Amino acid sequence: MTDLVASRDLEAFVRRDARGEGRLELLVSGARCAACINRIERGVTALPGVSAARLNLTTGKLAVTLAERGAEPGQVMQAVEALGYRVAPYDPAEAVANEDREGRELAIALGVAGFGAGNVMMFTVPAWAGLFGQELGPSTLSLMYWLAALVATPCALFAGRPFFRSAWASLRRGKANMDVPISIGVLLTLAVSFSETLQHGRHTYFDAAVTLLFLLLIGRYLDHKLRARARSAAKDLLALQAPVAMRLAGDGIEHGVPVGEIAVGDRLAVAPGERVPVDGVVESGASTLDNALITGETAPADAAPGARLHAGALNLSGRLVMTASARSEDSTVAAIARLMEAGAQSRSAYVRLADKAAGLYVPIVHAAAALTFVAGWAVGLGPREALLRAAAVLIVTCPCALGLAVPAVQVAACGRLFRKGVLVKSGAALERLAEVDHLVFDKTGVLTEGRPQLIDARAHLVAMAAPLARASRHPLARALAAAAGAGPVATGVAEAAGLGVSGVIDGRPARLGRAEFVGVEGADRRETELWFGFEGETKVRFRFEDRARSDAAAAVAALRARGLSVEILSGDLSGPVERIARQAGIEAWRAGLTPFEKADAVQALKDAGRKVLMVGDGLNDAAALAKAHASIAPGAAVDAAQTAADLVFTGEQLGVVVDALDTARGAKGRALQNFGFSAFYNAVAAPAAMLGLINPFVAALAMSGSSMVVLLNAIRPELRRRMQGGVR
Amino acid sequence: MNIVLFLAPFSLLLGGMGLAAFFWTMRSGQYEDPQGDAARILEDHLDEGPPATPARD
Repeated sequence: MTDLVASRDLEAFVRRDARGEGRLELLVSGARCAACINRIERGVTALPGVSAARLNLTTGKLAVTLAERGAEPGQVMQAVEALGYRVAPYDPAEAVANEDREGRELAIALGVAGFGAGNVMMFTVPAWAGLFGQELGPSTLSLMYWLAALVATPCALFAGRPFFRSAWASLRRGKANMDVPISIGVLLTLAVSFSETLQHGRHTYFDAAVTLLFLLLIGRYLDHKLRARARSAAKDLLALQAPVAMRLAGDGIEHGVPVGEIAVGDRLAVAPGERVPVDGVVESGASTLDNALITGETAPADAAPGARLHAGALNLSGRLVMTASARSEDSTVAAIARLMEAGAQSRSAYVRLADKAAGLYVPIVHAAAALTFVAGWAVGLGPREALLRAAAVLIVTCPCALGLAVPAVQVAACGRLFRKGVLVKSGAALERLAEVDHLVFDKTGVLTEGRPQLIDARAHLVAMAAPLARASRHPLARALAAAAGAGPVATGVAEAAGLGVSGVIDGRPARLGRAEFVGVEGADRRETELWFGFEGETKVRFRFEDRARSDAAAAVAALRARGLSVEILSGDLSGPVERIARQAGIEAWRAGLTPFEKADAVQALKDAGRKVLMVGDGLNDAAALAKAHASIAPGAAVDAAQTAADLVFTGEQLGVVVDALDTARGAKGRALQNFGFSAFYNAVAAPAAMLGLINPFVAALAMSGSSMVVLLNAIRPELRRRMQGGVR
Repeated sequence: MNIVLFLAPFSLLLGGMGLAAFFWTMRSGQYEDPQGDAARILEDHLDEGPPATPARD
């Protein structure tokens, strides 16, 4: 791997500025501590032509500044790999998109609102003293209010911009989201408070306006952080799958290019262990391909000159040179991608919990405020008092608790799942996951481990063949080597691409591989198998199969217990599918499905009113993943599947799917509790405001009190865990 | 009561300094890598402060 990287030209991944200085971003995995920072930064900076290197331990990104000439990006990657870390280049376009403008803006707004909320109290708290019989003089009171206005107004107008912008965008589309009442509430509160100050009244709510924004911005910031973290983690996974294709120039040198830049007719090199970047035809070389992620078939397929290659296939044994027959966006994947888009669109129509609540809340509260004004005027309160009470209704029913109710719960739930190795892409995904009632599994790589394992072999035979197996990188040979454990390696090893490996064990020539390569006549090739034999002696057969994950049956049973019906939709042949279905305890299964049939099957379930959770990892699952109500992909899945899925889990256990479902359902329950509390709070506060029982002091207490209750409820499981001294 | 005329602007000034400091920490990239900073402080030659140019171009 290392020497391969060095010979590649990765200039496409360097961003050069006007002076020719280059910036390269690499994703380094495995760095954990100060010593790692030290080794990597020193090692890279010591290279000629590198002027600076800085490793961000939080994101795992290494930013390297390259001088005009000198260091090659390939050398930098080689240096990091030589230190023992896995490294992948970051697409410069994505590196730019990665910078978090929105998060920065929200943090600044939050800082300003916090400053405003803290400082405005200096002036409003003395004014509250009048409510307890310790009246300030009228001129002092007036001074306090004017100072409060001076601090609160600019802070509220600045910190409220994210809400004003979103409210305006929503109104222009003829809808009212939660930001509409927030914006109206803040602006009306400021206006009423100014008019009160001018008329020497005492119903000013400058503090309420800023505090409201401060509390809401906390919720908004949490929600944003959640999405940003999932986005960048998903991108890191994609970067590690290296969207780099090796294009051959006329002189035979490999140039690394982003997959998106490949043109039809380009000659590409695909090394063993890499994925085919686009559809194409083999020009030279021989190898075996693993199509499991595309078609779901477990048995490897042969590739010889003239054979068609599908993007996403894994090259197993030999180096291939191919001619691209389609661009990345026109490959077989294109049809699947279009289906994914359609699925994602139907999904964006999903109405989130908070927006559903806003749909109820907005008309009720605004009607109540209008009614207060009209009725108050009608019963003879006078327009000023009536308007004050209407404003008090809007302020005291502020959607603080509503705005915090969902994000606080979801951040806590996603954090919990993150520690278990599950990445949740958005809060909406968690809400959809909580609603599913039918589960569709893909077989290969989901219910199974996605790689072959040796079955029913005798130990002495395994030990005999192991020295040759250790010298090969073919997955079947690796499985054999893994079964044998550590030991000697054969000498004089030669790998015949697509056929097998030959070498000398203890002075005797031996062969491991296909039946015809080892010299077995008329062997039956239906199963995944390897043959081994010393020259001129009896040949031995090893059989392999893709085993079910160790906890597949337990996970399926647990999911059934939670009221889900379970089904397998696989592209593999019916034999292996039936075997795995039996092992996992699933009765309903269908085999031999094309990607489009899978998507149709999910659509049919949807039309029948089922809410489908799809768990899949292949390109052939991507459309179905996007169509399903909610979807989960393992971390080893192809890019497209990870992009389409709502959740991505790392690790070997299927039990995390159960954890994710439980957490999602728990989070939904907790969010509903929070809504219940908010509704109760508003049901008490709104009539009180209508009757004129609310003064600025009570409003401030009620508002922050209700937000605190909602926040505490959201982190209750976490608190309980810490109190009991639970392990992380 | 005259003391208020002095103390009120003074406290606002202090608060404003805090806010300005917050903006400065944002701008100088001090929240970009909390884990790395926690590790860097343990090694003398790594503890050279925040990156000169935060990831913004």
